[in-house]
Amino acid sequence: MERHLMDSQIKGVSTGTTILAVTFNGGVIIGSDSRASIGGYYVSSKTINKLIQVHDRIFCCIAGSLADAQAVTKAAKFQISFHSIQMESPPLVKAAASVLKELCYNNKEELQAGFITAGWDRKKGPQVYTVALGGMLLSQPFTIGGSGSTYIYGYADAKYKPDMSKEECLQFATNALALAMGRDNVSGGVAHLVVITEEGVEHIVIPGDKLPKFHDE
Amino acid sequence: MAAYMSAGRSENAFSTHDFVPEWAQEEVSTGTTIMAVEFDGGVVIGADSRTTTGAYIANRVTDKLTPIHDHIFCCRSGSAADTQAVADAVTYQLGFHSIELDEPPLVQTAANLFQQMCYRYREELMAGIIVAGWDKRRGGQVYTVPMGGMIVRQPMSVGGSGSSYIYGFMDSNYKPGMTKEECLHFCTQALALAMERDGSSGGVARLAAITEEGLERRVVLGHQLPKFSNT
Repeated sequence: MERHLMDSQIKGVSTGTTILAVTFNGGVIIGSDSRASIGGYYVSSKTINKLIQVHDRIFCCIAGSLADAQAVTKAAKFQISFHSIQMESPPLVKAAASVLKELCYNNKEELQAGFITAGWDRKKGPQVYTVALGGMLLSQPFTIGGSGSTYIYGYADAKYKPDMSKEECLQFATNALALAMGRDNVSGGVAHLVVITEEGVEHIVIPGDKLPKFHDE
Repeated sequence: MAAYMSAGRSENAFSTHDFVPEWAQEEVSTGTTIMAVEFDGGVVIGADSRTTTGAYIANRVTDKLTPIHDHIFCCRSGSAADTQAVADAVTYQLGFHSIELDEPPLVQTAANLFQQMCYRYREELMAGIIVAGWDKRRGGQVYTVPMGGMIVRQPMSVGGSGSSYIYGFMDSNYKPGMTKEECLHFCTQALALAMERDGSSGGVARLAAITEEGLERRVVLGHQLPKFSNT
């Protein structure tokens, strides 16, 4: 019985996870691991994609209860498409993040999901927004989330520089995911990365054996 | 399940709630960041300096690097009372053992004494300890004795509540074969990062280098700590 009082109190399948989003000069990279587990004891999927495309240049990544996250993103995707059609222009990243925030805040009692929204729009360029569990919305140059993020706060604080190039940013994001997956038992599988720029969207998948290795591996 | 969680808190008829501030009812804990790194010729150990009782910082200049013998130190995390008591007991035992042997004790001996005590009294204690030092047989060594009473030797170890945040930094930045100065620099950075993120770690960074020659202690004050700003 006491098992349920441990770290993850999420019933059912949860994305104990590592997610991140980092802005660089000209775009933003959003990344995640690919493991979904039940209570941290059974890996229910090794290859889940936690990077959901909510519009052409806007992605969000999910942490927490997978069921809640899928329900929220489905509703958000619809609302954002509708908004975009009404406005006759691509939606702002902030608008997409706000839609998620409204859903999370208004249903905070029932939901257990957090999001990172990242994308590019014509008004402000590359942006990253985090929507925390209770529905707080915050804009940051980069952000990390999920259970695995605890282990990489030090690394991210030390290594992030504003205005990196795309290659530097890819290296930073890959290293951060690899380090977190190495220490967090509910993060793992492959690393999914999406690079979003004005030109378009590029999806990169790095299998476990191709991830960077560190001194004790 | 609720019964387990709230046992002992608000059940008393004579609750001291009104007469004593909340922080005085909390246990004193070294929610903390501690670490130790081996190098060729010795070890470098480091810790923050914050001791908390709940939200109150009972001591902001704590010394968590406790000498056990001339060339052996321990870094303490967990309950301040428990770790002080265990460290005192081991210091006595090790001193006695060293006199009997008529030679300096091994780091492995000190670590095993900690481990025996922490394992025997595992239900009562809340103590996570890193034992580090230098001896003639094996040079610089780091042994970690986390809560529960396991012992394992590692080239580098971190502990305490703040350690979670720097695993990624440690894994990516540690290289075997560092010099003493590199180790000191590495520990300062790691402690600064952890102190920035962990509410229970802070104050000054205390460092010590233990080699055959002896002990060298350093303190890095708050304003001298490396800054990592990304906002």
